[in-house]
Amino acid sequence: MAGAGLSARLERRFGRGPTIEATFELDLAAGHTLGLLGPSGAGKTTILRCLAGLERPDRGSIVADGQVWFDAERGVNLPPQRRRIGYLPQGYALFPHLSVADNVGFGIDGLAGRPKHARIAELIELVGLDGFERRRPRELSGGQQQRVALARALARRPQLLLLDEPLSALDTVAREELRGDLRRLLVRLRLPAIVVSHDRTEVLVLADRVALVDAGRLIQEGPTGDVFARPASTAAARIVGADTVAVGSVVESDAGLATIEVSGHRLTAPSALPVGTRVVVTVRPEDVVLMAPGGSSAGLSTRNRIEGVVAGVEPLGPIVRVRLDCGFELRALITRPAFDELAAQPGDRLLALVKATSLHLIPAGEG
Amino acid sequence: MDVEAVLLTLRLALLVTAILLLLGTPIAYWLATTRRPWRGLVEAVVALPLVLPPTVLGFYLLLAMGPAGPVGALTRSLGLGLLPFTFGGLLVSSTLYSLPFAVQPLVVAFAAVDRSLVETAWSLGHSSISTFLRVVAPLSLGGFITAVVLTFAHTLGEFGVVLMVGGNIPGVTRTISIAIYDRVQSLDYAGATSLALPLLILSFIVLAVTYTFGRRSLAGWPGRG
Repeated sequence: MAGAGLSARLERRFGRGPTIEATFELDLAAGHTLGLLGPSGAGKTTILRCLAGLERPDRGSIVADGQVWFDAERGVNLPPQRRRIGYLPQGYALFPHLSVADNVGFGIDGLAGRPKHARIAELIELVGLDGFERRRPRELSGGQQQRVALARALARRPQLLLLDEPLSALDTVAREELRGDLRRLLVRLRLPAIVVSHDRTEVLVLADRVALVDAGRLIQEGPTGDVFARPASTAAARIVGADTVAVGSVVESDAGLATIEVSGHRLTAPSALPVGTRVVVTVRPEDVVLMAPGGSSAGLSTRNRIEGVVAGVEPLGPIVRVRLDCGFELRALITRPAFDELAAQPGDRLLALVKATSLHLIPAGEG
Repeated sequence: MDVEAVLLTLRLALLVTAILLLLGTPIAYWLATTRRPWRGLVEAVVALPLVLPPTVLGFYLLLAMGPAGPVGALTRSLGLGLLPFTFGGLLVSSTLYSLPFAVQPLVVAFAAVDRSLVETAWSLGHSSISTFLRVVAPLSLGGFITAVVLTFAHTLGEFGVVLMVGGNIPGVTRTISIAIYDRVQSLDYAGATSLALPLLILSFIVLAVTYTFGRRSLAGWPGRG
């Protein structure tokens, strides 16, 4: 990729341990977020540290915006100071002896006095921490610490943000709140970012594209929705999970019930999210009921009826996993006798019934 | 009270402490951060004065600095003459003898600074030296205080090395401990007490203040982990 892209091809070996291998590209101009998703110990952090210049790959090259950051053959390895990155390590690494303002201002160079203060104030406002300038990191909640670290990383006007498990140190409530905030900020700044995470929800909300990392390798890469809908291998399926995942947006909201449009389907779920919210919808495969399209569903309480085409059938002993193409991939687990009664073949049309209360909505900002 | 010996000792202790702060800090930072295999070797050399009898160290320093020794040859060729039985010789020997007392507290303090703070400072554009001055050093304040106090106190009280290398020349190499020894040898217990008691009280006060203040300064950074 030439020009405004990040192109990385790297290999890092650890003595007798695993070898990390990763090749990927990221369009920096588009301001997209790439998620690196995989289990702990898969090598995600190592990849991020190689990009940050904190770890030296054994082979390969990293080129960002036409600037060579690393090239093993030519012996080029720019130190972290000379890569224009905003690095957010796990646990945030705020400087405990400095105030919030001094933490944020730590990376600002070429400015002093009033312009520097103005820039610090602007960043603090951006992350919504006005009034906390003089606090020390230990006087902040986990969520506030995360915001300070983010403001500090943005202070250098980086060309790329590197976020290592940005939300995993937080409790559930703060995590959900900050997830949306972080997504909004990334979209608003149009700042390209790479997010390392072991949390599917985090990646679903934050990342436009996702790369699945397993045992040191990138096994699948693509738009987040596509990768979650169509994992290409068993290993990929294990990482993205068995749930149906679809991205949609709230189009109506009435009396605590939201109507969400997903790939042309209108689904109902209990939620107070306002109209216009981008949401990730997940459904557990055991919560899906399948029926032949001709059959009568009159009298059933199920709110959501989704028609689709059988895309795949996978016997799992007494259970059968059916993958239904409804514009997104809907996965259902039904018993073998039930499947035999349906007598469905790939290519046949089926109706999927999902209770409104079985739809799980994750707000993902307005992006 | 032997004012000359007291002033000489204080001058020696202050100079040794200053030199060791400058010399010990880079050594300690290197020891705290390096993964090189010969790290253990350097650590052993630094720690040697802790276990070596002072007379043994003093003996070898005397030989090395003497007319037939390598250090002696060097100082002569530089036009500095010979170091044994001079204040300069005392300074060099005391610096070596107190090296572990400065280096070890610093190593402990530097190693306790979270690595990710250092890496973050780098990624924010700060050089290694700037990172050290603005992140590592302020977070290691307790280590610096301990190093200063231990070095100072240790130099005040040393005897064996001073006797071997410096001898007992009033105003040049006669430190408090040598002066005390002298008086005890001549059964002048009152004279010995006039020097020993202030040293005991001073040492106690310095340590008490350090531990009180040092602990509070350390408690100031609970979020360092």
